Parts: sequence; structure tokens; C-alpha cells
Amino acid sequence: MQEVTTEKKEFVPNIVAFCCNWCSYAGADLAGSSRLTYPANVKIIRVPCSCRVNPSFVLKAFQQGADGVILCGCHPGDCHYVTGNYYTRRRMALLYSFLNYLGIEKERTRLEWVSAAEGARFSAVMNDFVKTVTDLGENKRLTDLRVKEGE
Amino acid sequence: MKEVELKMKERAKALLESGEVARVVGWKKGDFCFDPSPATFETVDELNEFVYDYFCGANLSKYLIQIAKKEGKTAVFLKPCDTYSFNQLVKEHRIDREKIYVIAVECLAKLDIEKIKAAGVSVVTGVEVVDKDVNVSSPYGNVTLYKPDVVLTKCATCNKTHQVKDEEIILHQRPAREVDRFAEVVKLENMTPDERFAFWREQLSKCIRCNACRNVCPACSCVKCVFDNPNSGIAAKANDDKFEEQLFHVIRAFHVSGRCTDCGECSRVCPQNIPLHLLNRKFIKDIDTNYGEYQAGETSEGKTPLTSYTESDIEPNDAVNGEAK
Ligand code: SF4
Ligand code: SF4
Repeated sequence: MQEVTTEKKEFVPNIVAFCCNWCSYAGADLAGSSRLTYPANVKIIRVPCSCRVNPSFVLKAFQQGADGVILCGCHPGDCHYVTGNYYTRRRMALLYSFLNYLGIEKERTRLEWVSAAEGARFSAVMNDFVKTVTDLGENKRLTDLRVKEGE
Repeated sequence: MKEVELKMKERAKALLESGEVARVVGWKKGDFCFDPSPATFETVDELNEFVYDYFCGANLSKYLIQIAKKEGKTAVFLKPCDTYSFNQLVKEHRIDREKIYVIAVECLAKLDIEKIKAAGVSVVTGVEVVDKDVNVSSPYGNVTLYKPDVVLTKCATCNKTHQVKDEEIILHQRPAREVDRFAEVVKLENMTPDERFAFWREQLSKCIRCNACRNVCPACSCVKCVFDNPNSGIAAKANDDKFEEQLFHVIRAFHVSGRCTDCGECSRVCPQNIPLHLLNRKFIKDIDTNYGEYQAGETSEGKTPLTSYTESDIEPNDAVNGEAK
């Protein structure tokens, strides 16, 4: 029989990072090949452009148990599709503020511009975001209860 | 309002008789004095049922999407707030402007039967408005209520004027007042995240997913809606998922952001009295602060805030405002 442990497990947040194919995903690659570390609990989802991220993707991530969601794209002016990230910027500005209005702490959502050359920045951003969310604790608000219960 | 109704009826009759329009869109008598409903009139005889009174709060613009597809021209009576929705629908190519003849009608704020009933009159047989007095007749004795207490929530903070018209029937002007439509939003912004979460959780948990808010919204005009997809997992109320109703409301409100004219229909029709306008107004307020004042439906041309950008837009991480100190 398995022993019942009463000891509290250390909280490791689930982080979802949407990274655009052209800059941020390449930035993550560079971080890897430069042997820079970022926490393993950051789950990267590659998207063609930050603009591909429909606000409901962010919601879905939270629903499926994410404790924080970060979106990374090319710096403004550097978008592979020229203007995609400008639209992303407006969309996410409204979405994050709205989630905060519903009581989902603003620290759980973030947007960072990371270029293909910024491996070090990618690793720093992720480390910082994971730390912030770890300090905040588990996201109980938007999760589908069935997701976490099954853990 | 009686004289206005008479004039509207006369005008509708003349338009139908002359053949200038094939039909007129207005309101017709309901079963009670307080439930007139939107209707199409195609013959002069049908106009016997025509009404225009203090309960004609329904926005007729959205009906025009279907009606304008019919043969011939359609005349429609639009209140000030309805004209914004009309413009927005023209802008989105949902209504062919050429096929509609817009008659602007005065409004003077509409009444909310729920509020009248809540004020203690359980059976209402007639309502007459004299200035600020609402005289309600009831078999249990007549009552006089103060009008600002019983107008529709959307009318309480409305200062709108007609944005489009081909002719007008306006006998009385509603005096312009100082209104602050964001007061309630600011109140929420000043709470802590926990308080806000508690507030919305309580409100949104009441939702029965009747979809009335979506159906009535003139900005919600997609032919196929994501919420009608049974595979989406969010097509109906499923109590086993506490996230469910929040997801629906975030998506609904976000989808109309930048296009919501603040017509207030969503809150008016919600059978659960959820203050849905507070969701949309948050978006409107954020758009105003971040990208400059914008009123959807003021014109039928131009870009919306979410289909345009500037190179120096605010960063999302800095744009989250209203955090309690
Ligand atoms: S969201 Fe509500 S206030 Fe906005 S346009 Fe739709 S019905 Fe009107
Ligand atoms: S009208 Fe009210 S109860 Fe119906 S789906 Fe909308 S919010 Fe829910």
C-alpha cells in the first residue's frame, strides 16, 4: 500500500508560453543551444505569429490548468508579417486588463517581445515570470475543477 | 408620447399607401400594457396594432439584418441609441443602407417594468408619465413613482442623440444631463482582485446560458456563432465546470469590444439581471484611456480600435489598470 504523505509538496506552477515562430521561438532555441536555463515547467506552444493567439487560447490555457500565461513575439516593427504584433499588443492590452477586472491577478498574464538573438533575455524573462507566478500561488480561479482534481 | 405615436402611425400609413416602402418596422401591442414587441407592418390594417410608448425599449436595428434582405425598401423607427447600432451594422456590411428609410423618433427614456414591480406594484394595468411622475394604475390602488428610479438601466446614463436619419418625428427633446456611465466600472476597479472575483463570481453564477444577451446584441451578428457549436464545450450550461460561465462571458464581451455601442440591450434582456453592461463598459473605458475616445456607431465608416494600431501603443503589461492600491 502506498504511504500517505501529509507533507506539503512544493508548488510548481504550470506556465504556458506562446512563442512566435520567427523571433521568440528562435530565441528559446538560442537559449537552449547557449546552455542557458529556464524552468522546465514552462510549456512552449509555437505559433506562426503572436497575432495568431486568439484571446480564447489564453482562456483555454487557464482552463486546462495553467497558473500563468505569457505571450512572446517579435519586437514591434520587427514582425515577420509586418504588423501582426501591433494588433496583438492592442488585443492583449484589453484582454489582460479585462481578466484583472474579473479578479484574475494581472501578474498571471504577461507579454514580452523577444527577438531571435535574445536567448539570454528569453531565459531571464521566463525565470522571472515563473518566480512571480510561484509567489502568487496556484491559480484557482479560471481552472476547470476537473483538471486539477485528476492530478 | 401619445401624439408622437399618432404621428408615427400617420407617417407609416402614408409611406405604405404611397408604396415608397414595402414595410415598416416598429413595435406592436403586447398582451399587457408593458410588453410591446418589435414587429413588421406590411399593410395599413396591420397598423392598428402599432404602438409607441414608454415600454418600447427594444432596439430595432438588429432585425434589419434579415429584413433588409427582402424585396423593396423598409422604413424603421429608431431611437437615439438604436441609430448607433444601425451605423455599426452598416459599417460591418450587415445592412444595406440604401434599402432602409430611417425615421428618427424621440425617446425621453424608457421604463423598466421589473423596477416598477420591485417598487411594490405587483399588478400593472396602465402607466402614464407626466414629467417626472410615473402614474401606475393597478387594481390594488394607483401609485406614483419617481421616473428616474424606474427607467431602464441603459437609459439612466444615456445622453445619446440621433446619428443617422432620413426624417424625424421629435416633439420633445430630452434635456442633456451630466451622466457618468463609468462610475460603476471605477467602483469595481477600486476593489481588490479578490473582491472583484467574488463580485463577478456571484453575478456570473446566476447565468442560465439562455443566450439572450448574445441574441439581442446588434454587435453579435455572426451567421454562425462559436457558442452554437456543440463540440465547443461551451454551448450550453454545464454546471460541472465553474469556469464555464466565465469563459462564455469573457469571449462574448471581448468579441464585441470596439464594436459595442453601449446600447445596453444585453443587460435589459438578461432574465437573471446580470449587469452585463459593466463588462462591455470596461472595454470601452480601456479603449478610451489607451487609444483615445472612441464611440462605436458614431459613423458608418472608418476603422475600429481593434482593427488599427499606432506604433507607440501602450504595452499590455502597463495597460492593466484599476488595481487596488
Ligand atoms: S454588448 Fe450589450 S451594450 Fe454592447 S452592443 Fe451588444 S447588446 Fe449593446
Ligand atoms: S442573458 Fe443573462 S442568463 Fe442569459 S446567457 Fe446572457 S448573461 Fe446568461
